[in-house]
Amino acid sequence: MIRIKCPYCGERDHSEFTYGGDASINYPSLDASEAEWTEAIFFRKNIKGFQKETWHHLNGCRMWLEVERSTITHEIKSVKPCHPDLQKLMELKK
Amino acid sequence: MTKFNAWNVFKNGLNGQTGWSRQWRDPEPKSNYNVIIIGGGLHGLATAYYLAKNHNVNKIAVLEKGWIGGGNAGRNTTIIRSNYMMSGSHEFYEHSLKLWENLSHELNYNVMFSQRAHVNLYHSPGAKDSNARRYNTMRLHGTDGELWDLNTLKKNIPHLNYNDARFPIIGAAVQRRAGNARHDSAVWGYARAADSLGVDIIQNCEVTGITRKNGNIESLQTSRGIMKGNKIGFAVAGNTSLLWQMADLGNLPIESHKLQAFVTEAVKPFLDHVVVYGVGGAHFYISQSDKGSLVFGGDLDWYKSYAQRGNLPMVQDVAEAAMAILPSIGRLRLLRHWAGVMDMSMDGTFFICKTPISNLYLNAGWNYGGFKASPASGWYFADLIANEQPHKYIQHHHLKRFEQGINLDERGAGPDPKLHG
Repeated sequence: MIRIKCPYCGERDHSEFTYGGDASINYPSLDASEAEWTEAIFFRKNIKGFQKETWHHLNGCRMWLEVERSTITHEIKSVKPCHPDLQKLMELKK
Repeated sequence: MTKFNAWNVFKNGLNGQTGWSRQWRDPEPKSNYNVIIIGGGLHGLATAYYLAKNHNVNKIAVLEKGWIGGGNAGRNTTIIRSNYMMSGSHEFYEHSLKLWENLSHELNYNVMFSQRAHVNLYHSPGAKDSNARRYNTMRLHGTDGELWDLNTLKKNIPHLNYNDARFPIIGAAVQRRAGNARHDSAVWGYARAADSLGVDIIQNCEVTGITRKNGNIESLQTSRGIMKGNKIGFAVAGNTSLLWQMADLGNLPIESHKLQAFVTEAVKPFLDHVVVYGVGGAHFYISQSDKGSLVFGGDLDWYKSYAQRGNLPMVQDVAEAAMAILPSIGRLRLLRHWAGVMDMSMDGTFFICKTPISNLYLNAGWNYGGFKASPASGWYFADLIANEQPHKYIQHHHLKRFEQGINLDERGAGPDPKLHG
């Protein structure tokens, strides 16, 4: 079981979350070329090691989180809300 | 290599089994090969075998970083079927099934292929309709398929939960020619047959670097020295992205996910078929091995991972699915469970194709279905490497299919690798 420290709910089992995917993708502008969109939608770095990825706290606060996790050991380095405004808000709360 | 036949079994029975030779050699790597296949799993070994057998290629090496068959070839639930609907899938998997049907004779090695029927349960009229469509499409293409109503199903498998299942069983789509085989035997059979045709199988040989020159791969750095090959093939599903990036080729439409499998203690003959259950978010497939253990599996662990070990929530999910349709196995204890790392592709379909490097060929993206595919995978990958031209069955199984809009999405799940179960 992976334990994810949700910034709002605290540390929870990963079974409360759903896995989103690669958080490092930069989606191109709407009028970008087909090649750029193909790359963003279909092609992945598939990192072996620490990667940034998204998780959705579906059975909790429903916040989308950006998690830095090792794909070998499943160790988690950092967790923060995906939305930059929520990030700021969480920091204010501290 | 001593051939397996009745006479040799008899003779060695009299001389205390002392007349058998090694099954395959343990050669020192040479510095030059015509073809180097990276990956000593079923796909790599089958490719080497068919390169030598069908295309008379000599000087072939198969490089394996651990021991042959120690990756996904030894980490699956050994199910073999060809119940695919889409063009490009059904011809390919049907050919694979036909190769399995003759594989023990072909390799002179008993791969214990057992055509015990693949029974795909359905639980709603909608599921029945969609299965009818799929299995009728298969029949139109010459693959066997039939629908069992509830009475036929009860007669064949009386001990499924027909009483109070959360999703009542109302029938099954069945492929009788499908079944399973012994995974290790298939690996050893291909290794032995390839070796006898002169293929060098080099174990404990990890590729650590790839040198490119003038658009070609010039040499491979390995843990057992530098090797050159006129043609290089990747057959390392699970770790494809790592080699791809070692060759400086960027990203792939693949993510690595892990899939667990489970084995119980052995019991007397109990289940004569491969039974599959998939409804309401659950996914479960089970068969009984010749030793008597029940072998079963379910979904992926739902997050990207290269760890060859599974997580506990999935153990619970799979156990719940097992209890939903086969409550009689509730007291059985699990002997072991393990996980393999899958190449999950963006549309759930594999790649056998040329690459941006002219002497590099790719075999990857097998999702859940690599085991049953391995004979045909080797067959068509060898064909591509030898003839430089994809066979028409695999003409769309290349990396450009996404930008061309030719997604081969059998499940219709969209570009999310973890959903292509």
